[in-house]
This record gives sequence, C-alpha cells and structure tokens, in this order.
Amino acid sequence: MKIQKRRPTALAALLLTATFAFAGCGSDDGGDGGSADGGSGGGDLSITMLPKNLGNAYFDTSTDGAERAADELSAEFEEVGPDTASPDAQVSYINTVAQQGKDALILSANDPDALCDAIDEARSADVKVVTFDADTNPDCRDLFINQATAEGIAAKQLELISEQIGGEGEIAILSASANATNQNAWIEMMETELADNPDYAGIELVDTVYGDDEDQKSFDQTEALLQNHPDLKGIISPTTVGIAAAARYLSDSEYKGKVALTGLGTPNQMREYVDNGTVTAFALWNPGDLGYLATYAAAALVNGDISGEEGDSFDAGDLGSFEVGADGVVLLGEPFTFDKDNIADFDF
Amino acid sequence: MSRTDIEREPETEVSTGEALLVEPSRLSPTRRAVTTVLRSRELSIFLVLVAVVVLATTKNNGFLFSSDGWRNFLLNPSILLLLAVGQAVVIITRNVDLSVGSTMALTAYLTGRLFVDQPNLPIIVVILACLALGAVLGLVNGVLVAYGNVPALVITLGTLYVYRGIMLTWAGSDRINAGDMPRDFLSLGTQTVLGVPVLTIVALVVLALVGYYLHTARGGRELYAIGSDPDAAVLYGLPVRRRLLAAFVLSGALAGLAGVLYTARYGTVSSSVGSGIELQAVAAAVIGGIAIFGGSGTVWGAAIGAFLLVTINRALPSLGIEDFWQRAVVGVLILGAIVLDRVLARRQARKLAESRDHA
Repeated sequence: MKIQKRRPTALAALLLTATFAFAGCGSDDGGDGGSADGGSGGGDLSITMLPKNLGNAYFDTSTDGAERAADELSAEFEEVGPDTASPDAQVSYINTVAQQGKDALILSANDPDALCDAIDEARSADVKVVTFDADTNPDCRDLFINQATAEGIAAKQLELISEQIGGEGEIAILSASANATNQNAWIEMMETELADNPDYAGIELVDTVYGDDEDQKSFDQTEALLQNHPDLKGIISPTTVGIAAAARYLSDSEYKGKVALTGLGTPNQMREYVDNGTVTAFALWNPGDLGYLATYAAAALVNGDISGEEGDSFDAGDLGSFEVGADGVVLLGEPFTFDKDNIADFDF
Repeated sequence: MSRTDIEREPETEVSTGEALLVEPSRLSPTRRAVTTVLRSRELSIFLVLVAVVVLATTKNNGFLFSSDGWRNFLLNPSILLLLAVGQAVVIITRNVDLSVGSTMALTAYLTGRLFVDQPNLPIIVVILACLALGAVLGLVNGVLVAYGNVPALVITLGTLYVYRGIMLTWAGSDRINAGDMPRDFLSLGTQTVLGVPVLTIVALVVLALVGYYLHTARGGRELYAIGSDPDAAVLYGLPVRRRLLAAFVLSGALAGLAGVLYTARYGTVSSSVGSGIELQAVAAAVIGGIAIFGGSGTVWGAAIGAFLLVTINRALPSLGIEDFWQRAVVGVLILGAIVLDRVLARRQARKLAESRDHA
C-alpha cells in the first residue's frame, strides 16, 4: 500500500491520495461486483452510494454511516460499486444513476479526471453529486466531504504524542517513503509546530526514518531507531503500515510500555497492540462519520437548503452543523482518536 | 612447513596450499582440515562479519549486548538464511531460483489465512501445509527447468511474476494482522531457548542438515558435479533431472518455511511481502562464496553471507551511514565477491596447470 503523489499541487489531491492509501483501496479486493442493496426508506429522496470498490472494510464502514443517515432522513438508499478500484469501472454505475433519475450520488472517485464526463452527464440530469474520501476536480462535483486537513492531522499526532510522553523528551518519526508527498507535508507541519508552539518546548525531534511502507523495512527501522536513540520517549508513524510494524516490534521488545507510539492507523491493524498495552491511542478519521456527513450534505443539496456555495451551512444530524468552505469542500473535523475504550466499535 | 606434517615424503617441495589443491591426501587430516578452513572463502566472509559486529558494538553497546540487540542479531537473518540455503543448493547446480520471494509471500499469506479460517488448527499442521505448498511451487520450477530445457533464470523470472500475480489475486488489498493469529504462534517469532531464538534454531538445524548432505551424501556431491559441467554429468549418467527437481523442491520448501517464519516474526502479511528478497538471497549466496556458474561453494558460506547482509543493514544506521548508502555497500560487497571469485578461479586454474606441467 504505497502512498503516491497523483497530482502535484492541490491540497484536495493531497488528501485524496492520503485516503486512497489509508483505505487500502488501491487494489483488487475480491469483493462481489454489482449491486449491494442497503436499507431503504420510503421517502422521496433517493440516494446512491458508489465507493471505490465493494468488499472493502473501510468503505463498508462509510456505507454503514451513510445508511444510518439515510434512515434518519427516511431516504431511499442504495450502494453500488465495482469489485476493483479502477476509474473506468465506476463510469457505468454513474451512467446508471443518471438514467434512473436518482436525486443524489455520493462517490469516492477512483480518478480525479476520468469520471468527470460521466458526472457532468449525471448532473445535467439533475443528480446532485457529492464526493467523499477521494475527490474529483472541484468543477465537476457539487460538494467534497473532506475527512481531515493536513494541519489537523499534524496537530493531532503531536497532541497525542505529547500527551503520551508527558510533554517532554526525544521523539522520532517513522514515515513512509522519503518522497511520499502527504507524509512529508505532515512532517514539515509537525516540525514547524514543534519549533513554534511553547507547549512542545520540551519535545525534541531527533530523527526521521523511512520504512517505505513495507512491513519488514518499517519493522527494521523501528529497531534501528530504538538502538540509536537510547533516550527515545516516543515514535510518531503517520502511515498505517509503519505504525503497525512499529507496534509489532515494540510489543515484544524491552521497550514495550517505555516508548510511546502513535500516528495514523486502522483499528483492525492496531487492535492487538492497543489491547496488549503497546499503544495507548492513535488517530485516523472515522469513515462512518464521513459517510453519514456525505449523506446529510447530499440531502441538503437535493432539498435546496444549500447550493454548494462557500459559506452555506447545513445540519448533519448527530454531527451538528457544518459549513461549506472554499471550492465546495466540507471538512469533517479533526482526526478521530482510537483508544482502548472505543476500538472495539470499529471494524475496518 | 615441518616435514612431520607430511605423511608421505614428497618428491619435490610443494606448498601446503598447492598440496591441498593437487593432492590433498598428502597432508595429515588435521593439517588438511586446518588449511581448508584457513584458506576458505567462508572464513574471510566470517571475518568481515566479525569486523562489522565489533565496529557496531564499539559504537553502540546495545548492538550486541542488550537483550533486544542479541536477539535481533540472531533472529533477523534467520528468514534470509533459509532462502539463501535453498538458493545456494540451486545455484550450485548452475541454476537460479528467482521465485522464492513470491513463494514466500504465498506461504506467508497461507499461514495467516489458515489461522483466520481455522483458528484451532495446530501450528505444526500450518507449518506442514506451507512446506507442502512451497515444495509444489518449487516442483513447478523444477519440472519446467529440467524438462523444458529453458534456462532457470527465465523460468523462475516467469514464475516470480506468476506466483506474485496469484498472491495479488488471492490477497488483494486484504491484510493479515497480528490480531488475527493465535498468540502462541506469534510468540514463536520472538521466543528464545537458552538465549537463542526459536526461529534461529530452526534455520540452523535446516542449515546443518543441508550442509551435511551436500558435503557427504552422494546426491549432494552429484549436485556439484552437475553444476561443474551439466553436459558431462548427463554423459556420465548422473540422474540430472531428478537432482534438479530435488534442488528446486528444496528451495521451494525452504521458501515455504521462510513464509511461516516471516508471519511469526512480523505478524502482518500484505500482498507485497517478500518482494525483492529473492535478490537478497542470491546476493547472500554469492557473497558467501557460491560461484554463480555453479559447482562450487558451500551452504555454510551462503548462511554467513545472509548473516552479513542482514547485520550490515542493521549496523549501518548505528554507524550513522545514510539509508541510501546502505544499498551501495551491499552492491560493493557483491561486486567484491564476484571479482574475488574470478581471481581465485584463475589462480587455481593456473596453479593446476603448473602442477600438471611439473609432473
């Protein structure tokens, strides 16, 4: 699961790739193709959800959230999707949605450009299009539900590590590859924050190593970090592969419980290490909330409560009220923290 | 050189080295053994290994003298060691097995899958299943090479991709996580007996068995004969195909075992497991003194080569050498080993020719 740069500039694209990687949805998942019917209400509102692919635990979680929202809105809800996460596979589903005359389409785009023609066609048939998790070009959709900003991710990780090491001591970063765009952006923000924020004055970043998002290399790099920095208090690994490998190393080394570990991880990968006390807390967004918010946003568009302009605000059930930002982006919030108390509630 | 060491009075004075080369039985068994060891490629590689360890330990005590350091020193090379032993046997027959990384990936995933689907399966059954799968995949290579008369480089390059393709289709984006596997199995990955990790013991036992077989058994010697001159081996009536099949099956089975060990050690299996490790296995064998054209070298050397490769990778960060240079160091080692190999082979040929002229 490599994190790669897909488009050079925009922050949206940055996050798109982040999610692409974290969701682990880059490749064939062997799930069933075709349609998987969700629950349906009898209301006027009809919503179709199109994840990158089916049979992917991450998207199963987001669909559960969307379904919950659809129930609350008594909307008719359906999930469709290809069994592989390739752009052309999504086109036929988008066309079908347009022909069926659905009110809204919620999708996670497999490609920022390739889907635009199909989406344009759907929108001209009065289908509102909301992207979540992975965006298309801002011109071709109505809204994008952004899971987290780079600033939010950087700040959250520092907050967690600072809490876990008592605000003082040496820390190191175990990243993906040396040229991973997302990770480098986060690391840079963390470095700035460490230097500028007086709360972190006692924390020193002593090393940044690269595990290339390979289990074995990340594992070995963790070992090297611990060996070379005997006073190390904590490790931040802003990549799901890295944090799992580091946790595995720590869990049966002499440093277990002495060196804190946090970063971005998925609950299924980290469950074992949270249960055995190696890891106290780590972060990621909650895909369930993401699907939930996307559904409320789609409903608000269809009902005419918002038009997708900057500054529009709408209500999203349990999550409260949200405002549309620049480029039609709605931010879910700061990353979600997983710990011993809540990790059992998640399966992705 | 004292005369008492030589049992038979030589007609002319020859050096111990030459005697060893031309007529080893001239020397007393002890002298022969000592000279063999002193002049072996294995010893020089071993000394390099010792130097690396000493250097890293002086820089950082914990490299060897901490409980983690000692364990990792023994534990980390054990997976590569198994692959290198299998690879060495194949290379000795003048072939190569590039598919071991993909084979290891398939068996690593099989290990995880079995534990997920049948949580109560005894660990030994899982190990046997993986050995069997590895052996079958190795057999495919062996059959294609032995009966297809296509170079092993091409065949195993093909199966490298085929096996990896099967892995990608089977595993997809699915990952096996540590939480999916029984604790007993995972603790195998780090357990030690008298300070030696279990995985290392497994690897060393395999090494000893294969090494002993190659050194003493008829089948083992025939592998060397095949590698020295395949055509002559056929003409001489050696069961070349059968031996090749056996070599590839062994390599596959050891890769299968390595897959189990990998899962026990790392606790996470994704579809990219073991990509590129086949080249490390070849590198370990070559650095350890196995001639890439077959017919010479020992699995002991390959094992030390594996230890050296892994230990260097562990030591270089401790010595403050950048990640990027670590690969270069490995490259230099391989080139050095090959150059040394050629130089030694030439010198040996010259000496043999001289002794022949002499006689």
